[in-house]
Amino acid sequence: MMELVLTFTAVVLSLAAAGAIVRIARGPSLLDRVLAADVLLAILGAALCIDMAVNRHLNNLMLLVAVSVIGFIGSVTVARFVADRREQLNES
Amino acid sequence: MSRKRISLRQELPLLVWLVIVWGALWQDFSPGNLLFGALLAAVVARLFYLPPVELSGRFNILRAFPFALQFLGRVVAASCQVFYLAVAQGPKVTNAVVAVPLRSHSDLMVTATGHVISLIPGSLVVEVDRSTSTLYIHGLNVRNADDVLKLRKDVRDTEAGLIRVMGTKEELAALNQEVGT
Amino acid sequence: MSPDPSAVDAVIDAVSAVFMIVGAVMSLAAAIGLLRFPDLMSRMHAATKPQVLGLFLLLVAVGLQLRTWWVWPVLLVAWIFQLLTVPVSAHMVGRAGYRTKHLHKELLSTDELEAVVLKAAEAAKERD
Repeated sequence: MMELVLTFTAVVLSLAAAGAIVRIARGPSLLDRVLAADVLLAILGAALCIDMAVNRHLNNLMLLVAVSVIGFIGSVTVARFVADRREQLNES
Repeated sequence: MSRKRISLRQELPLLVWLVIVWGALWQDFSPGNLLFGALLAAVVARLFYLPPVELSGRFNILRAFPFALQFLGRVVAASCQVFYLAVAQGPKVTNAVVAVPLRSHSDLMVTATGHVISLIPGSLVVEVDRSTSTLYIHGLNVRNADDVLKLRKDVRDTEAGLIRVMGTKEELAALNQEVGT
Repeated sequence: MSPDPSAVDAVIDAVSAVFMIVGAVMSLAAAIGLLRFPDLMSRMHAATKPQVLGLFLLLVAVGLQLRTWWVWPVLLVAWIFQLLTVPVSAHMVGRAGYRTKHLHKELLSTDELEAVVLKAAEAAKERD
């Protein structure tokens, strides 16, 4: 049964990742791309989780936490940067 | 370093949380490891001194449990709603930005409310006005004035729930008065 | 009559399998939302909410599969971490998006922040 679940989730997650990548490629603005990259990281985290659940180990757990921290710091940094740049443009 | 020292009692929840994280990260809850974690937590709390989080000192576990369950249920509902809207409505979805004044003026309560409503169906915090503690919320699928009222009531109810769990005595008294009248 | 251990095993396996499938579908929901919603704000809804539920379900599945008590606190910490960080990053992105006019005004039924922002901008201009 686990084989079936693994196949199904692999297909679903690949589709989801493809969707996120399409949004990164198309995304009209920088913020859209950041958001889509964040989702891509979350999908990666989901894949790590499924690997842990199916193979019954915990080796990826720290990687999972690290991935979500990177996603958080990344999007917050870019959001700040975007807001600041626009304010400077308005002033000049 | 002229900031006033906060009492150990106020700092205790933070220290306990740090010890739990330490134990969880090592995946080891033996007493020795926890003791070392506690030592480290105390050192970290002394060295990297942050502005103290002003906890109210009140925590109602009887209210917290149903609130957590309800929160979990609403997270599920939120995901299903987003899924449904994405598939059914897609590009035609209408939104709104709604101002919601909160009762409480403590930073902790405003932050907690903001966090919770970011995760429940159809709302996301766009901007916070700290001086009047007003949240500006972006609502998904808000089509008319009725939906706006519903969203506002939702947020205020969430805040009421949070006040019942961990608000100060004054906030609780004000809330009870409001409900009573 | 005590339950047969292998039957309990099978039930736990089935539950975690369902959780894994639903968790993966939640990721798909986020991606569909990203593709189908018209503007940044509604895409943010799609990016935040299914993520949190999806990770929750997957972590529960991991916990069920491992069948040891000490993984639960670790998983709980990982989830609470996500609970704390996701709204903050969504709020930061949303704030930046609103300020840089990434919003489609015609898609909003009401906008109570606009007047406040305009007033603040005027006040800032007067101060200069």
